[in-house]
Amino acid sequence: MLKVKLQQSHPIALDVDLYCNNGEILALVGPSGAGKSTVLRCIAGLHSPKQGQISCSNHEWFNSANKIDLTPQQRRIGIVFQNYALFPHLTVKQNICLALDKSEHTNTQKIDNLLAQVNLTGLEQRYPEQLSGGQQQRVAIARALAREPDVLLLDEPFSAVDKVTRRKLYLELNSLRQQLRMPIIFVTHDLDEAAMLADSMVVLHHGKTLQQGSPQQIMYQPDNVAVAKQVDVRNLFEGQIVMTEEGHQLHWHDLVLELGDIEPFHHQQAICWTISPAKVILHQRVRPSRGEQENPIAGQIVEILTLRGITTILVAVSKANNLIIQMDVSEHVAQRNSLQKGQQITMSIIASAIHLMNR
Amino acid sequence: MDWQAFEVSIKLALLTSLTLLPIGLGLAYLLANSKFFGSVLLEAVITLPLVLPPTVLGYFLLVGLDSTSFFGGLFFSLTGHTLAFSFTGLWFASIIYSLPFAVQPMLRAMETIAPEIREAAWCSGLSKWKTFFKIELPLALPGVLTAMVLSFSHTLGEFGVVLMIGGNIAGETRTLSIAIYDSVLAFESAQAQSMSLILLAIALASIMIVFTFNRSRSRVVRL
Repeated sequence: MLKVKLQQSHPIALDVDLYCNNGEILALVGPSGAGKSTVLRCIAGLHSPKQGQISCSNHEWFNSANKIDLTPQQRRIGIVFQNYALFPHLTVKQNICLALDKSEHTNTQKIDNLLAQVNLTGLEQRYPEQLSGGQQQRVAIARALAREPDVLLLDEPFSAVDKVTRRKLYLELNSLRQQLRMPIIFVTHDLDEAAMLADSMVVLHHGKTLQQGSPQQIMYQPDNVAVAKQVDVRNLFEGQIVMTEEGHQLHWHDLVLELGDIEPFHHQQAICWTISPAKVILHQRVRPSRGEQENPIAGQIVEILTLRGITTILVAVSKANNLIIQMDVSEHVAQRNSLQKGQQITMSIIASAIHLMNR
Repeated sequence: MDWQAFEVSIKLALLTSLTLLPIGLGLAYLLANSKFFGSVLLEAVITLPLVLPPTVLGYFLLVGLDSTSFFGGLFFSLTGHTLAFSFTGLWFASIIYSLPFAVQPMLRAMETIAPEIREAAWCSGLSKWKTFFKIELPLALPGVLTAMVLSFSHTLGEFGVVLMIGGNIAGETRTLSIAIYDSVLAFESAQAQSMSLILLAIALASIMIVFTFNRSRSRVVRL
């Protein structure tokens, strides 16, 4: 398990607290300049923070209090840089060999296994410039794994390849991780990429970790508004909690919505709330369902967009000051209901899916 | 044809360029990899011989190497020889004079190596020394070769500094450039022409060696 705690005020402000279990993929997400790569460099030993601790499998790599700061050579890390940083004057095989322990330089079996692991068999005599972007990334991964690292670090590994190659590499990384037992940390600013590949995510903003959790938690149950904005949650609104004899309710402009369990909030507390676009249920005009009475709201469709089988519908809610609520339905549902721009529709907001946050 | 002057010139150029190899590598590595207080001043001082008139540089070196100066006096007390008007003094002066020709190509070559390449080597377990010899030096090789050829050719052709520091002592400080000058003054134009052609041929061959090497290398490795 890798544990990282970092604090510094300059040159880049850092206030980081994260962990990654063995065999787990942790995604560091955040906008450009959030400090993602700096955190990775701290773990690798390429940057020494002012204060903090970094330990991996109970070995201390960095401890400012005890003045422990192991060099990158002493840490046993595998790192894949954004531009792969392959040694251009060496062949694929030589690139990998260089990262092997001296005793294993002639271990051709190990080199062959590494090449096979990343689907590079037959390309060992090529130079980096003779390889495609995807192949270069595989060499970088094989070189990183050659050291049998205690932690694998990937710095925006998919940003330098085209979309088609990227999709292929996602699948390869996903199958490769089944064979790996070390913590894997990868930096990305692509939330979809992080949600697809990672077991957990850390949101970084201005060098501070805002939240660590599963992709589901981060995307649909952010701890606070700052996280919600960083992960660009849809349907982020302000409201007020009201306690009645029937339980808690959410007042949203002229609408009153029923809520699920909301223990930490109190009567008349001003809050922010969000709901996943998938949890906003369209009422079918021809065939009403049993759940349609749960927080029913009406509105007018202002935009319809369809991408890969999912139709995103933007609805202006008149009783909520014409605020726009987003609803995602499958394409065939949109077609069956003949949804069109300007059409009046009704929908339900699932009470248990409403997520509340402090303002 | 003054073969003795030819021998002195070749010996001086070879010794100077070989001495500049470690000095140039060290300075170029320092300037390329660390931004420290005074690094701009250091680079400016190294580059100074490029813009300073050779006679001015020669004058300062002559004063600095004189046995009454600190450095010249120290050398005299250690060896019993003076630096001024000696081959050793000439060698020392040539190192200073050709320093920018060695450092600048090496520095430019090292600056083109992405920092991530060096860091990837460290993270692969290579020590800083191994990273230098196995990664950085091979990648900077075209710049290193250019530096060697330039400092060799530049030393071979130097005139002003040689005249100021070394004078014109046959077999000791009399180089081919001085011999050409002497021949012209003595109206021995055939001798001046043959020696000038030799220097021209060496200069042309040196530059062609660098170009050929760099072209053949860029076909294999695109940096």
